[in-house]
Amino acid sequence: MLQYLIRRLLIAIPSLLGISVVLFTVLALAPGDPFEELATNPAIPPEVRANLRASLGLDDPIHQRYFAWLFAMLRGEWGYSFVSRIPVDDLILQRLPTTVVVIGASQILALAIALPVGVLAAARPYSLFDQLANLFAFVGFSLPTFFTGLLFILLFSITLDWLPFVYRTNIEATGWRWWWEHIRQAIMPVMVLGLFQGASWTRFVRSAVLDVIRLDHVTTARAKGLPERRIITRHVVRNALIPVVTLVALQMPIVFGGAIVTEQIFRVPGIGSLLISAILANDTPVIMAVTFVFACLVVFFNLLADILYGFLDPRISYR
Amino acid sequence: MVSAAILAVLILAVLIGPFLWRVPIDEIDFSARLQGPSWAHPLGTDDLGQDLLARILYGGQISLAVGFAAMLVAVVLGVLVGAVAGMAGGKVDAALMWLTDLFLSLPELPILLLIIYLFRDALTAMVGPEMGVFILIVAVIGGFRWMPVARLVRAQFMSLREKEFVEAARALGASRLRLVWRHILPNALGPVIVAATIDIAAAIIAESTLSFLGLGFPPDIPTWGRLLYDAKDHLDFAPHWALFPGLAIFLTVLTINFVGDGLRDALDPRRVR
Repeated sequence: MLQYLIRRLLIAIPSLLGISVVLFTVLALAPGDPFEELATNPAIPPEVRANLRASLGLDDPIHQRYFAWLFAMLRGEWGYSFVSRIPVDDLILQRLPTTVVVIGASQILALAIALPVGVLAAARPYSLFDQLANLFAFVGFSLPTFFTGLLFILLFSITLDWLPFVYRTNIEATGWRWWWEHIRQAIMPVMVLGLFQGASWTRFVRSAVLDVIRLDHVTTARAKGLPERRIITRHVVRNALIPVVTLVALQMPIVFGGAIVTEQIFRVPGIGSLLISAILANDTPVIMAVTFVFACLVVFFNLLADILYGFLDPRISYR
Repeated sequence: MVSAAILAVLILAVLIGPFLWRVPIDEIDFSARLQGPSWAHPLGTDDLGQDLLARILYGGQISLAVGFAAMLVAVVLGVLVGAVAGMAGGKVDAALMWLTDLFLSLPELPILLLIIYLFRDALTAMVGPEMGVFILIVAVIGGFRWMPVARLVRAQFMSLREKEFVEAARALGASRLRLVWRHILPNALGPVIVAATIDIAAAIIAESTLSFLGLGFPPDIPTWGRLLYDAKDHLDFAPHWALFPGLAIFLTVLTINFVGDGLRDALDPRRVR
């Protein structure tokens, strides 16, 4: 088990390196200069600017700059935000928990919708329930998250006035009340993300279960006279989950895209809204760092999927 | 079928609509601000009194154009990578598949935002604000959507190149290029068409998302996402402003997805009906 983990981690390193190369190339190819601000400032003489450039290594060849940047990132020196002058890693650590909580809760909601609906739909293919589930899935993943978000605000905040639509961090309450306020304001972002994901997962689950339910071992289980419930839970779902885990891991980049949009709509103070505000304020170090963190999260979830395979399918041994 | 008809109506409306509904998209009328639907303005007006129907029709042209163009970029790139990987095999295949996997694990939206942030000003200066943003958005969305197509094409090529009819063509002395172009590619296209259809929907959503975040087209070009972005601060007293463009996106994407699903059923003989 430990060996398997270490091997998967080692495989993840090249992809992280690849991502860092892509990010750095984009940055290096981009026109414009981090010193644009200084260049247009008449109070700074050109020699000073040239010296600054040299001391920061901006005139070095590109591969040298890449390694310098990479080692700085590895040592945790992520630079300072141009706007707030706070170290970037502090800024991200402040915001990351909110994002992780919102994304995590929405994924659990998505799973809670997709698993039962998908399995039931596949157990009776082409029935009324299956067709309804199919319709729900299509509507769910055709509704872009930004439109669902606006619809929810319109319905629950403006028309019904049940839920707040601005996410606040400074809630003046303690104990149960504090929790209640936090849950109340998280409902809409989590619902928006979870419904969108749940809809597309429903289709994955349904087609995976349909593939498994026709296999011989399921027929054997039926012939043995096992109750249907046990056949579905023990013999079908567990096998069907393997391709589903792959697809879910592949969907992770889309989940983060949706998270950025939802955070922006509901003003959730996570790293997604940090990214948007940094882009609007031309805050390059923050933009680079947040993009890299998102990339790391994607790689991390792929790793998690790999580990899950081992649990679901003993044939994939931890070698 | 129904969805194909609705989609056709939507596309026709967007293409012909501006000739029938001749209200200019930027006619400002302060006496008719934020009005709901009426005879003069069937879909209401925005905060400057501009007619929403005209703006939605115009924005639809852009959204659909971006969708189709980005899909073309993605399919061409994907077929190219997939075909080379599937035909070459060995080290080239391994390298290309590694690249595909790398691109699959890139977080799409943050990188889209990053690239647009870094390159927008330069391209805008080169070819003008509208063309610049259009090229950039199409290239970037297309450039991050080719991976599934590449994988599909590669898998198809792997199995097709061992088939008897390809063997026969090879025995007859057909060149490699001819083999690919005349014999393998046409047979591999079925799943690619399905993927391409769904890519259009994904590209439309991606473009709307960018515009919705305020980082897509410039404000004077009312794409559907941009209309939603402008409308989101007026939800409480002008909900129609957000509802109609949102519905337009939803209907387009939904019907494209249904058409793609129908095509999949039609093109895949293994699926039971």
